[in-house]
Amino acid sequence: MSGPNSEYDPVQVTPLDEEHVEAMRVAALEAVQGATDLADLKRVRTEHAGDRSPLALANREIGALPPQARKDAGRRVGQARGAVTQALAARQAELEVEAEARMLAEETVDVTLPWDRRPTGARHPITMLSERIADVFVAMGWEVAEGPLVEAEWLNFDALNLGPDHPARTMQDTFWTEPAEHHLVLRTQTSPVQARAMLTRTPPIYVVSPGRVFRTDEYDATHSPMFHQVEGLVIDSGITMAHLRGSLDHMLGVLFGEGIRTRFRPSYFPFTEPSAEMDMVCFVCRGLAPAIEDCRTCKGEGWIELGGCGVVNPRVLVACGVDPDRYTGFAFGFGIDRMLMFRHGVSDMRDMFEGDVRFSTAFGSDL
Amino acid sequence: MKAPLSWIREYAALPDDVTADDLAARLTALGLKLEAIERPGHDLTGPLVVGRVLTMEPEPQKNGKTINWCTVDVGDANGTGEPQGIVCGAHNFGVGDLVVVVLPGGVLPGGFEIAARKTYGHVSAGMICSTRELGLGDDHDGILVLPADAGQPGDDVLELLDLRDEVLELEVNPDRAYALSLRGVAREAALGLGVAFHDPAERDVPPADGAGPAVAIEDPEGCPVFVARTVSGFDPTAPTPDWMARRLALVGQRSISLAVDVTNYVMFELGRPIHGYDADKLTGTVGVRRARAGERLTTLDGTDRALSPEDLVVTDDSGIIGLGGVMGGQTTEMSATTTRVLVESAHWDGPSMFRTGRRHKLTSEAGRRNERGVDPEVCEAAADRVVTLLAELGGGTVEPGVTVVGAPPARRTVTIPLDLPARVTGMDIASHTVLAHLEAVGCRVETGPDTLTAELPSWRPDLADPFDLVEEVARIVGYEHVPSVLPPAPSGRGLTPAQTMRRRVGRTMAGEGYVEVLTFPFVGEADLDRLGLATDDPRRTTLRLANPLSAEEPLMTTTLLPGLLATVARNVGRGAGDLALFEVAPVTRPRGDGAPILGVDRRPDAAEWEALNAAVPEQPLHLALAVAGERDRSGWWGEGRTAIWADAVETARVVARALGLELTVRSAALAPWHPGRCAELLVDGVSVGHAGELHPRVCRDLGVPARTALAELDLDALLSRAVPARAPEFSTFPVAKEDVALVVDADLPAAELAATLREGAGPLLEGLRLFDVWTGPPVPEGRKSLAFALRFRAPDRTLTEQDTAAAREAAVALAAQRHGAEQRA
Ligand SMILES: [Zn+2]
Repeated sequence: MSGPNSEYDPVQVTPLDEEHVEAMRVAALEAVQGATDLADLKRVRTEHAGDRSPLALANREIGALPPQARKDAGRRVGQARGAVTQALAARQAELEVEAEARMLAEETVDVTLPWDRRPTGARHPITMLSERIADVFVAMGWEVAEGPLVEAEWLNFDALNLGPDHPARTMQDTFWTEPAEHHLVLRTQTSPVQARAMLTRTPPIYVVSPGRVFRTDEYDATHSPMFHQVEGLVIDSGITMAHLRGSLDHMLGVLFGEGIRTRFRPSYFPFTEPSAEMDMVCFVCRGLAPAIEDCRTCKGEGWIELGGCGVVNPRVLVACGVDPDRYTGFAFGFGIDRMLMFRHGVSDMRDMFEGDVRFSTAFGSDL
Repeated sequence: MKAPLSWIREYAALPDDVTADDLAARLTALGLKLEAIERPGHDLTGPLVVGRVLTMEPEPQKNGKTINWCTVDVGDANGTGEPQGIVCGAHNFGVGDLVVVVLPGGVLPGGFEIAARKTYGHVSAGMICSTRELGLGDDHDGILVLPADAGQPGDDVLELLDLRDEVLELEVNPDRAYALSLRGVAREAALGLGVAFHDPAERDVPPADGAGPAVAIEDPEGCPVFVARTVSGFDPTAPTPDWMARRLALVGQRSISLAVDVTNYVMFELGRPIHGYDADKLTGTVGVRRARAGERLTTLDGTDRALSPEDLVVTDDSGIIGLGGVMGGQTTEMSATTTRVLVESAHWDGPSMFRTGRRHKLTSEAGRRNERGVDPEVCEAAADRVVTLLAELGGGTVEPGVTVVGAPPARRTVTIPLDLPARVTGMDIASHTVLAHLEAVGCRVETGPDTLTAELPSWRPDLADPFDLVEEVARIVGYEHVPSVLPPAPSGRGLTPAQTMRRRVGRTMAGEGYVEVLTFPFVGEADLDRLGLATDDPRRTTLRLANPLSAEEPLMTTTLLPGLLATVARNVGRGAGDLALFEVAPVTRPRGDGAPILGVDRRPDAAEWEALNAAVPEQPLHLALAVAGERDRSGWWGEGRTAIWADAVETARVVARALGLELTVRSAALAPWHPGRCAELLVDGVSVGHAGELHPRVCRDLGVPARTALAELDLDALLSRAVPARAPEFSTFPVAKEDVALVVDADLPAAELAATLREGAGPLLEGLRLFDVWTGPPVPEGRKSLAFALRFRAPDRTLTEQDTAAAREAAVALAAQRHGAEQRA
């Protein structure tokens, strides 16, 4: 701090005149503007705004002026210093932005570089579709029932109203096991799970059972000795075919979109009476195929064959310990593999079981 | 079943404007699903007319051929009434014959357009047609000569010969055997369109008179009705008339000879299989009985068959002459010299037919009908129809004697509540509708106040239960009227914990970079040999299939590894290098002495149910995984990392951890793993599987990459031990870290040393991690150095240096005492 100037020299205070102060201000502002980077600006700050800068020194001289001159000089110098400080701050901000931009530019990488350090995993689409179907029913309050793949002949056939001489047994090409007198088969349908459900639960029963089944079909684009079915079973009082259709329509609406519904055609299954084949409206052309252009999904039929269903035959209820006078039920079944094929455009069934990693990884982690 | 529309119309009064498509839609809605519609003759375009040959002049040609220059009267069909000049190359006709002429403008099958053209020096204005040219078959080569009374010159042949037809091919379910006949299809057609039905089986038949062929039925259960009639003076050379051959062709039956064709024709017409014997080759009484052990028969197809005591056979005094209802024998076969035909029209027990057909691997049109059930009441009508046709077409005489042994069973009745169809189907079906529809299918119905009793039609052996009648009513009302109503399901419990955990395992594996595969569970002994399983390995105890698809793979697998490794090899073969695969599937462990076949008239009692389940093989769910090639890929970021045995172990740990379980690991030696690189995985001291590196020899044998790592776990065993996670209690006081390097014998498992350190350090040890393994100088030969990072923390205070040092020293001391561990400087 400078005290009152005892050695007053009018010559030395000339820097406080207007011309000089203006010169210092201009020099300082030019220097600030001319600073090219933050380090340069730091130097300029010391030079033009530091303790030993011309304006700081000039400021110190103000006290030495005669009182009448102090006010003008003080204002002049103060304004000049203020302008310099402001310019410094502004330039500082500018240079910081520039510096950051430069740094970011320097750090730029090629973001298209791959980072596939770990190969992608995937679940099998059959697994995912099975779960998806099951979830539709679980959401309605049903439960998922399960059973063994190697099954007692009685459960796979007899209990389901397929007696030993039933012609329908030839409809299903069964894998039998040795010795024959052990009466074990690879289940040809998931229906034995329904029988198990009835034998181990008490009505009301609402179960759905996806799973593997086996038939002695030669392996080709549309057949496989191992495939997957899902069956549903409801046993309750007052159950009718209308409830069967309602459940299926709901499932199709969820899986294929609102309005995709079933069509029933009379058919024959020993397990059910009345029995029906169920078709679904083609979800691609929405049933318009015969009228408009060909539809590859339904082959121009407008309908896609789904599977079989019906009212549980009272004979089956009796064999499985359900009182047929008190309860009725319905059951349905269809192929999951087939649904995967038409829902997702799989053209060759073998793709599902050959395990080529390209197949499963194409379906992502959920269907 | 193929049914020509023209034939259906004979019995069902279909309106003229009903098309094949209309009818097919109705039949499909009734349960006879349309497979296809064939339209024979629809590629024929007229004018195609009857012509009478007026003149016929042979004209030899330079090329050696002789052509005929003919004039043919075609009535007014050519617009002039003048004879039509036609050149014809065939010679099997003569002046005065009626032939088929296609006039210019007509089109023959194959798009062959007819025009008047100059040929052999004449203008040939049309063509005289052969059977083949008309698309009627290719059995004959010559010109089709029509019977003298076929029609008048100029008549339209398209109509006259039914050249245009539509054939519905229908899928017939096993319960609707009656639809394996035109009688049945026409009945359904009439039902579907609500029109009158004329039953071709309704005919006046002469009563049994005891004067017919001698027949003795020993097994009336196997053969409840046996009708025998004889035709004599039959001309074995008489041709099958065109209309019959044509109809047989349309239903897919080849024409063979008149006698055989007539029996086939009546089978398609009425559904009743008929057998014709050469009566002159029969000796004595015709009988029916079960075969005796050791008896044999050479059937019509030339096969010599050993018979079973369950087979129903037809006999005469010479012995067995046929497999009843299934196939006749060679000795009494009708031939080109047969002039006396004994016609058998018998009703056979369906299940016996089914068993015999299956036992002898015989499928035939007759067998198909007999095993599914034929109308027992049409035996006499069918026999009468056959003998009448044979006499009419083959110039024979029906012998007067009529033999009928046995009688059709009485028609059965079923009583149902009137509201049952409505209650079961959820449709609004009035009582009078129920009544009307049951009558429409052929029931005779009597109603009470709340019930009705239906006498079931003889041609519907499939109807037996109240619900069968519900289906009859429902299909006529129309399934399309079944409303769509959601059932009132109770609140469910969602997925079971095991089901949820299984999904978690799959997602965890996918998250770890593994791809799920589904493989067939079939293996052969050779597959187990290739894995190097010991002879007493429990995985050699397998369930064997009686009818495997491949003789090489007759066993249900006990391990998922063969299928998984084959899939690895397949992917490698297709150019994949870095692979991580997994499969979740059950394996089969046989047990027990076989499952009982229980009754179906009641639920099994507790003991029966237990016995049944005890005989079903154990089928624990397994998880198998295989990883080969780079587990972490090389790339621009640097070197990757090749999968090793430890990846398999670690993935198993990750899966267990996803279930809230911590696996412990100990070294083991189990095929097919590398004996020095096989880890046994345990939970609570119980083995749940193995992981490690595949034996190098097995790698080579299976064609999978060297050092393939794999694991197989009993997922059910894991799941059964999973418990819900509990929140941890943890201290927030500062942690104290200490490292310790110990030199131990090279074969001491690290896990064992870690356990010792944990035990020795006591409760202050929060955690421990092995971070370095070193062998080689300065560590002496046979020893290794293991370095651990220890973390200490107390629940209630900040540890002092003395606390930490004491715990560390205690750990080292126990390691020294137990394993001879020395601290490395
Ligand atoms: Zn479509």
